[in-house]
Amino acid sequence: MEHGLVERPLNKRPLVRRKTLDRIGLLFAALVMVSPVVLFFLWMISLSLKYEIDNGAYPPILIPENFAWSNYVQVFRENNFFLYFWNSVLVTGAATLLALIIGVPAGYGIARLKAERAAIVIMIARMTPGLSFLIPLFLLFQWLNLLGTLWPQIIIHLVVTVPIVVWIMIGYFETTPMELEEAASIDGATPWQVFRLVALPIAKPGIVVAFILALIFSWNNFVFGIVLASRTTRTLPVAVYNMLSFEQVSWGPLAAAALIVTLPVLVLTLFAQKQIVAGLTAGAVKGG
Amino acid sequence: MASVSIETARTETGDKRSKPSRLAPNYWPFVVPALIVIGAVIVFPWVFTLWMSVNSWTLGQAQTFAGLDNYIRLATDFRFWESLWHTLIFTVLAVVAPLFLGTLAALIFDAQFPGRGFLRGVFVMPMMATPVAIALVWTMMFHPQLGVLNYLLSLVGIGPQEWIYNRYSVIPSLVLVETWQWTPLIMLIVLGGLAALPREPYESAEIDGANAWQKFRYLTLPMIAPFLMIGVIIRSIDAIKSFDIIYAMTQGGPGTASETINIYLYNTAFSYYDIGYGSAMAVVFFVIIIALSFALMMVRARANWSDMETR
Repeated sequence: MEHGLVERPLNKRPLVRRKTLDRIGLLFAALVMVSPVVLFFLWMISLSLKYEIDNGAYPPILIPENFAWSNYVQVFRENNFFLYFWNSVLVTGAATLLALIIGVPAGYGIARLKAERAAIVIMIARMTPGLSFLIPLFLLFQWLNLLGTLWPQIIIHLVVTVPIVVWIMIGYFETTPMELEEAASIDGATPWQVFRLVALPIAKPGIVVAFILALIFSWNNFVFGIVLASRTTRTLPVAVYNMLSFEQVSWGPLAAAALIVTLPVLVLTLFAQKQIVAGLTAGAVKGG
Repeated sequence: MASVSIETARTETGDKRSKPSRLAPNYWPFVVPALIVIGAVIVFPWVFTLWMSVNSWTLGQAQTFAGLDNYIRLATDFRFWESLWHTLIFTVLAVVAPLFLGTLAALIFDAQFPGRGFLRGVFVMPMMATPVAIALVWTMMFHPQLGVLNYLLSLVGIGPQEWIYNRYSVIPSLVLVETWQWTPLIMLIVLGGLAALPREPYESAEIDGANAWQKFRYLTLPMIAPFLMIGVIIRSIDAIKSFDIIYAMTQGGPGTASETINIYLYNTAFSYYDIGYGSAMAVVFFVIIIALSFALMMVRARANWSDMETR
C-alpha cells in the first residue's frame, strides 16, 4: 500500500499515454469486429458493378476497370422491378399503417388495463413459426378468392407488424406518467380524449420506433410472399429470389437486384440508428 | 434493463392506480380492434391448424377425418427425425457463436474510442438487411470455383472448401451467415446490460490489483448473466425458426443435409400440398418452440431467484 502511494504520482504520465494506447487498441479491435460487415457490403457493391468476365475472374477483382452500370438498368428493364418495388411499398406501407392504427391504441389499452394475458398472446405469436400461420391463411384466401391480389399479403403481414407495434407500445405506455391522464379524466375528459390529447403526444418517440421496426421487418419478409404472391403481386424479396431460379445465373444483375432490395432498409438503419437500437433493446428483449 | 425497469414501472403504477379505481376509465374499446385482428390472423390460424392436423388432406382432394394418424406418421417419419436433428445442430451453433462474438463486440463497443457511434451503426446493419438479398450474395461468395471466400482462404494457405455444396459443411456454412447477421442483436442486448453496471465494484477491484480478465470473469460476467440469458432465449427462438437464409441458399440441400423442421414443413405443405400432415408438423414444431422457451425462461427465473437469495 505504501509502495503504491509513492508510485502513483510517478506513473501519471505513462498512464495518460497508456490511455491513448488503449483507445487505439480498442479502435483496432472494433475495426476487426466490423470488418466482416464492411467487406461483405463492399463485395456486394463490387459484384453488382462488374461485367460477367470480371465476376468470373480469378483472382477476384474488387474494383473493375469498367463499371457495369447496365446491371442496374437490366434489373429494372427486364425484371419488372418497378412493379415489384411498388408492390413492396404498397404491402409494407399498408401493413405498417394498419398496424399503427390498430396497435397503438391497443398497446395503450393493454398497458392501462395491465392485461397480462393479452400480452402473453402477443408474445406467443412472436414465437410461432410464420409457416404455421401461412397454411390456414393460404386456404382462407383461396376460399375467399383473394389470391392474385395484394390483399392476402397485406393481411398476412399484419402477423408481423401488429405484434411489433403492440409490444413496443405496451412497453412505452407503461413508462409514461399517469398523473396528467388522471388529471384530465378528473376534469371530465373521455378516455378517448385522454388518449388522443394527453397520452398520444407523449408517446410519439415510441410510435416512431414501432413504425420503423414494423416497416423493416415487413419489407424484409420473404416466406409469406413465396406462397401468396403471383407473377404480378411479387414483393421485392420474392422477385430477387425468383431471378435466381428462373434466369441463367449471371452474378452482376443478381447482386444489383439484391442491393436494390435491401438498400432502402440499410439507409433507414443508418439514419434511424438510435430508434432502432432503442426499439430492439427494449422491444426485442421483450420479444418484438 | 428493459424488462427490469418495466417490471418496476408496472408495480408502481399498480399501487398508484388502486386508489382512484372507482373512476377508472374503460380501456377495452382501445383493445377491441386489435383483438379482432389478432383473432383473425393469429388465433384463427392456430385453431384451424389444430383441426387440419387431425385430418388427412392433400390440396385438390377431399379431406377426411384421420384422428391421430398424422401424428403417428410423424413419429415414424425418418425424414422428420433427421430434420429435427439438423434443427438442433443448427440452433445450438447459431446461438453459441453469436453469443460469444456478440458479448465480445459489446465489451469493445461499451468502451470509449473515436468513431464508436458510427462503427456501432455499421455493425448493426446486417441484422436489418433483407435476409434473402444477403443470402444471394453469400451464395455467390461460397461458390467453390469463383467464390471470394475460397480465394481468401487460399491467401492464408487453406485449401478450397465446398461450403454449402457439401453435406458435411452445409450447416456450419449456414450458421456462419446466421452468425454474421445476428451477432449484432446479442451485442445490443449485452450493451444494455453493460450500461447498467455499477462503477464501485470495479474501483475496489482495481485497488485490489485485479487484471482485466479477472474483472471480466468475476464482476462483469455474473452481472450481465441475466442479459446473456435473454439473448439466449431470443436467439434460440429465432434460430430454431430460421427459414429465409436456409431456403434461399440451399432449400434444404444438398439432398436433405440442411433440411430443418421449418424447411421440411414448407416442402410438405407447399411442395407436396399435404396440408393435413404439414399441419401436424406445424403443431409439433410449435409445441417444441413453446417448450424450449418455457424451459429457458425457467432457467432464467431460477437464476434471478438465486441471485436474490445471495443478496
